Amino acid sequence: MGGPLIQKLFQRHKSFVHAVDGVSFTLKPGEIFGLVGESGCGKTTTGRAVLRLIDPTSGSVKFEGTNITKLKEERLRPLRTRMQIIFQDPHASLNPAMSIGSAIGHPLKIHGIAWREEDVKNRVLAMMREVGLTPEEQLYDKYPSDLSGGQKQRAVIARAMILVPQLIVADEPVAMLDMSIRAKVLELMLLLKRKFNLTYLFITHDLATAKFLCDRIAIMYLGRIVEIGPAKDIYKDPKHPYTQALLRAIPIPDPRKRGPKDLPKGEVPDAVHPPAGCRFHPRCPAVLSTCGWEGRDFIDYLEERRTSPEKAKADEANLGSLEIWKAEGLVAERPCEPNKVGKITEYVRSILNEAPVPLAQAVERVNNVETKVVLRFRTPDPLGPKEVEGRLVECLLY
Amino acid sequence: MHALDNISLDVASGESIGIVGETGSGKSTLGKAVLEILPPRTKAEGQVVFLGGELSHLDNEKIRHIRGEKIALIFQDPMTRLNPLMTIEDHFVEAITAHQRVSRREALARAKAALTSMRVSESRIRNYPHEFSGGMRQRIMIALALVLNPSLLVADEPTTSLDVIVEAQILEILEDLKRAYKMSLLLITHNLGIVAEVCDKVAVFYAGKIVEIGSVDDIFNRPIHPYTRLLLQSIIHLDTKELHSIEGVPPDLVSPPSGCRFHPRCPYAQAVCREKIPPLEEFRQGQRAACLFGKDFL
Repeated sequence: MGGPLIQKLFQRHKSFVHAVDGVSFTLKPGEIFGLVGESGCGKTTTGRAVLRLIDPTSGSVKFEGTNITKLKEERLRPLRTRMQIIFQDPHASLNPAMSIGSAIGHPLKIHGIAWREEDVKNRVLAMMREVGLTPEEQLYDKYPSDLSGGQKQRAVIARAMILVPQLIVADEPVAMLDMSIRAKVLELMLLLKRKFNLTYLFITHDLATAKFLCDRIAIMYLGRIVEIGPAKDIYKDPKHPYTQALLRAIPIPDPRKRGPKDLPKGEVPDAVHPPAGCRFHPRCPAVLSTCGWEGRDFIDYLEERRTSPEKAKADEANLGSLEIWKAEGLVAERPCEPNKVGKITEYVRSILNEAPVPLAQAVERVNNVETKVVLRFRTPDPLGPKEVEGRLVECLLY
Repeated sequence: MHALDNISLDVASGESIGIVGETGSGKSTLGKAVLEILPPRTKAEGQVVFLGGELSHLDNEKIRHIRGEKIALIFQDPMTRLNPLMTIEDHFVEAITAHQRVSRREALARAKAALTSMRVSESRIRNYPHEFSGGMRQRIMIALALVLNPSLLVADEPTTSLDVIVEAQILEILEDLKRAYKMSLLLITHNLGIVAEVCDKVAVFYAGKIVEIGSVDDIFNRPIHPYTRLLLQSIIHLDTKELHSIEGVPPDLVSPPSGCRFHPRCPYAQAVCREKIPPLEEFRQGQRAACLFGKDFL
C-alpha cells in the first residue's frame, strides 16, 4: 500500500495491444503496394511504423538500405524529405488557420530547402498546378474552409509532394470523399507516380480500389498478414479463406448479381487477446480441427446455442448460466456440485455431437475433476507463411 | 436554405426503396421529414401520408405513438443512440411499454425473441451497450426498432460505420426480416452497391431534388438522367477497368444553380438547361427522370 491514489489507478492495468505482429514486406521502387484490411487489422499502425511516426517495440524498418528503426531524430529528419504521408481526413490534415499556400510551402521551410518567400511561392504555385489546384494564384491565399473536400485532398497531396519524395504512405486517401470525385484524386495519384517515379504504400479497406490501383497487396487480419502477393493473382484466385470472404462480402452494384454470400460469422475480435493459432479460426468457414481451438471458443459455442430457442431451453435446464464457465488457454471449465458433476459432463459431451465437426474434433477430452467439469482442446498445429502459387499464405489448408 | 425541394415519394407496403445521393443531397433530411423529427425552426411544407392517415395533421402525442411503433428508425452510429447507462433489457422494456400496455414479463419475452431473430444471444440481455461490438450493437438497434413490428423502417446509413463482412451480414438479416414481416424499408445511403443488393426501387437525389426514380433494374441497367449515369460509372468495383468521375463539385444549396441543378456539371447541358427547371417525367413505365433531354438517353 501507500503512494498517491492517482498513480495507483493508472498503474492497475498493464495490458498491451499488439496492433501488428510479425508483419514483413518489402516495397519495390516504383510500385504501388496495398495494405488491405478491415478496421483494427493494424494497417494504419504498419503504415506509421514504416515512417517511424510510431516506434515499433521490436523488428526493423529499412529505407533505401538504411535501418531507420533506431535512428535519432536529427539523422531521421533528412530522410523524412523522401518519405511522406497522406492521411484519410483532408479536413483534419490542414491547419484551419494556415493559408493553403503556406501549408503547402511549410515543408520547404521546415527542412531548410527554400527560404526566400518568392522562391517558396514559385515552387508552391508550380506544385499546385501539378496537382490541379487551380487557379493557383487565387487559391494560394485561401484557407482550408474555402475549399471543397476534393480540393483539400489535392492540397494535402501537394504538401506531401513539394519535397519530391520517393515514398508516399497514403492512408485511405479517398475514403472520406464523395464517389463522384474519388476517381479524380486517384487519377492524380497515378499521374504523379508516373511523372515523379513515386512508390506508394496504399492503405485501404476498399478491395475494389486496391484492385484497380495496386501492383502487389497484403491482406491483413488482426495484426497479421494472411496473404501477400501480386494483386492480379490474389483477386483472380484468393487463397486465404479470409481474403475469399472479404471479396464475397463486397456489395455489387448490379441487381442481377444478387444472392446469398456464405459469410463468415461474427466480427473481428478484440486485439488485446487475439485468438490462438490462426487468428481468423473462430470465424473461418474452412476451419480445421488443428487451427487453434481454445477454451473460450467452447464458451462462444455455448453462447451461440442460446440464439436457437430449443437449444437455449435445453442448455438452460442442463447447464444453467453461462457465466460460471471459465476459459484459460486450451481449457474451458465450470465448477459444479459433486452430485451433478457426472451428469453435466455427460451433457457437455452430448452437445459436442451437435457442434461443428472441426470444433468437436479439436476437443482432446471432457472429464470431471471432483467439483469441476473440464474440457480441453488439442494443441494446434504450428502456423507460418507458406508459398502458394506465387504468393505467401498463412493458412493450414496449404 | 432549401435542403429539399419538391420531393414526392410513394413506398408501397412490403416494398423497399433506396434513397441515394452524395453529401448534401438532402437524403437524410428526407428521412427526418418522414418521421417528423426535423430540427426546430425548420420549415416543411407538404404532407406525409402513412397507412391512409396524414401525419402532418396529427399533434405531437399522436405522432409519437406512430413513430417508434409503426415507423421505426435506425441510424448510422448505434453507440450514440443506445443509452450507455441502461442495459439492453431496459432499452427494450422502455421501448415496448412506451407504446403498448404489457407486463414487464411479456415485454422481456418479446425482447428475447427479437434479439434471437437478430442472432444475438438472449443470455446477454442484462449487458450494457459498451459490452458489445459495433456489429452487435447495430443488431441490437435493429432488434429494438423491430420489436413492435413496424410497418415502415427508415434506415439512415445503417451499415456505414461497419466493416464490409459485418455490413453484408446485417444486410442479409434486413432482407430476411423484410420478407418475414412484410415490412417496408426506406434505406438512405451513399453506397449504390448496397441499394443494388437490397432494394426494389431507387430514388437518386441531387442537390435537394429527385433526379431519377425507378426500379433497381431500370436505374442500374437503363439509367436515363446524366447524373445517374455518371454516378454509376464513378463507382469503383471489382470489374472497374477505367476511372470515371464527375467534373466539378455538388452545389451550395443556399444558392443552387438555376434551371436544372446539375447543369454546371453535366457534359450534355445546353443553354435551355440553365433556364428551365426540368419536371420529373415518366420516360419508361415506372421510371421517371428530371431531364429536359431524357428521351435522348433512352
